Amino acid sequence: MSFEVNKILNETVKNIPPSGIRKFFDVAAEMEDCISLGVGEPDFVTPWHIRDEGIYSLEKGHTHYTSNAGLKELRTEICNYLLRRFNLSYNPLSHVVVTVGGSEAIDLFIRSIVEPGDEVIVPEPCFVCYKPIVELQGGVAVPIITKAEDKFKLTPEQLKAVITPKTKALVLPYPNNPTGGIMNKKDLEKIAEVILDTNIMVLSDEIYAELTYGGDHVSIASIDGMHERTVVVNGFSKSYAMTGWRLGYACGGEEIISAMTKVHQYAIMSAPTTAQYAAIEALKNGDGDVETMRNEYNYRRNVIVKGFNDMGLDCFEPEGAFYAFPSIQSTGMSSNEFCERLLYSKKLAVVPGNAFGSSGEGFIRCSYAYSIDNINEALNRMDMFLKEIK
Amino acid sequence: MSELTNAEKILDILHKDCRIPLEQIADMLGEPIDTVAEEISKMEEEGVILGYGAKVNWDKAFGSEAVTAYIEIKVTPQRNQGFDRIAERIYQYPEVKAVNLMSGSYDFGITVEGSNVKEIAQFVSDHLAPMDSVISTATHFVLKRYKYDGIICSKPEKDDREVISL
Repeated sequence: MSFEVNKILNETVKNIPPSGIRKFFDVAAEMEDCISLGVGEPDFVTPWHIRDEGIYSLEKGHTHYTSNAGLKELRTEICNYLLRRFNLSYNPLSHVVVTVGGSEAIDLFIRSIVEPGDEVIVPEPCFVCYKPIVELQGGVAVPIITKAEDKFKLTPEQLKAVITPKTKALVLPYPNNPTGGIMNKKDLEKIAEVILDTNIMVLSDEIYAELTYGGDHVSIASIDGMHERTVVVNGFSKSYAMTGWRLGYACGGEEIISAMTKVHQYAIMSAPTTAQYAAIEALKNGDGDVETMRNEYNYRRNVIVKGFNDMGLDCFEPEGAFYAFPSIQSTGMSSNEFCERLLYSKKLAVVPGNAFGSSGEGFIRCSYAYSIDNINEALNRMDMFLKEIK
Repeated sequence: MSELTNAEKILDILHKDCRIPLEQIADMLGEPIDTVAEEISKMEEEGVILGYGAKVNWDKAFGSEAVTAYIEIKVTPQRNQGFDRIAERIYQYPEVKAVNLMSGSYDFGITVEGSNVKEIAQFVSDHLAPMDSVISTATHFVLKRYKYDGIICSKPEKDDREVISL
């Protein structure tokens, strides 16, 4: 009998499109002298004292699984950190699960709550993983289109308009990838007001919480009444330049965290042990590193935003993360066409905004997790390109 | 989150690259050029900025004989990796400004800079002393430079981030 994998593959999986970013950058990777503003991870190497602790843990022979929820010392440090930085109070024994990157925490949350037909509200443009994970569960991702004129914030009116009896959760992806938008305390209070009248949980993806440039990040979990209704997702990748260590965490009420830990236990067992030891050092002694990197990103942010605006690309001032999200609507091109022509004619790779939801059409995402020299060269090429297509 | 002053930021930027154009510094800080120029003149006048010399790797410069004495460490070389592996573990610390392989009966001479004596003492007691390979200390002469004024001499600057999908 002939063998057809196609008949075995899950229909939902078959229908999920691959990430639009990857397709594009496979081309760029093969191109000589190509420069990029595409990569969504810090260009910094993990600070040495953190790496050294990881190495030391290996030398000591810490090569076993940890408890499912993660090393107790790490969970304790996570709670200390969240209290110190964002005034969030959690119990390390019952309110924390350490995960394989923030991504796993997002996956655990969605898998722990979504049943077929359930709805999860997702503000767009946003990080690409929420929708596919919801759909894998048979759920429906309900988009809310955030707008440049609202600084890409989620508004309470927009939220109210899409809530139905089937809504189980709201994803709150701020500081936002790809727009750089943030939600301040007042914005969050308005969202909380809507949520408190419902039985909806909030998944607050705060992976960029340390990278805000106009004032400290505020978590929706710190708003009155929201603590028990929120799962906060955070991690080490962006704040400590630890993407490759694959370490994140989720914090929330005992019931939801214990459900998520159950899924985590069967799928993953426990997060990487070496990374957990390194992360303890990051939380204990890494505040200075975070500040140094934040300052450096801020310099680059100022340069890139001014650069785009000077050449006539209308660029909203991003207040968080490390992305600029200029509008290319003045060129009359689609995001895809713009990025393709830019890549082939100027060997400059940026990400089409529609890779982050159809609402990103007409924008491009430019990461400034690059050296100033690289950013200057990219700005030159962009300027030449814009002059040529005029 | 403690906010650095413009003067501190400018000093930090110039310390990394003193040839950077004024206009670029102004863009980085989001301040007018005049403000930046003023801050710099002020720091020059006050003697905060003493000069704008290049950071030279004298090992590579026309037969220079520059020699310095530092905090010294005697160590046990590690299997298969000799001294380089241990040097690597020391020079990665940002407090360490220079790590050198030394002549004589000791192995490493290192320069450690800090804000005060306590910081350096703490560095030695927290990081150097507890290292498995360290045996004792003494003073010696430089054979090879690994890092100078915050710059690792041999390290190539290359962006090796791979194409990722997020």
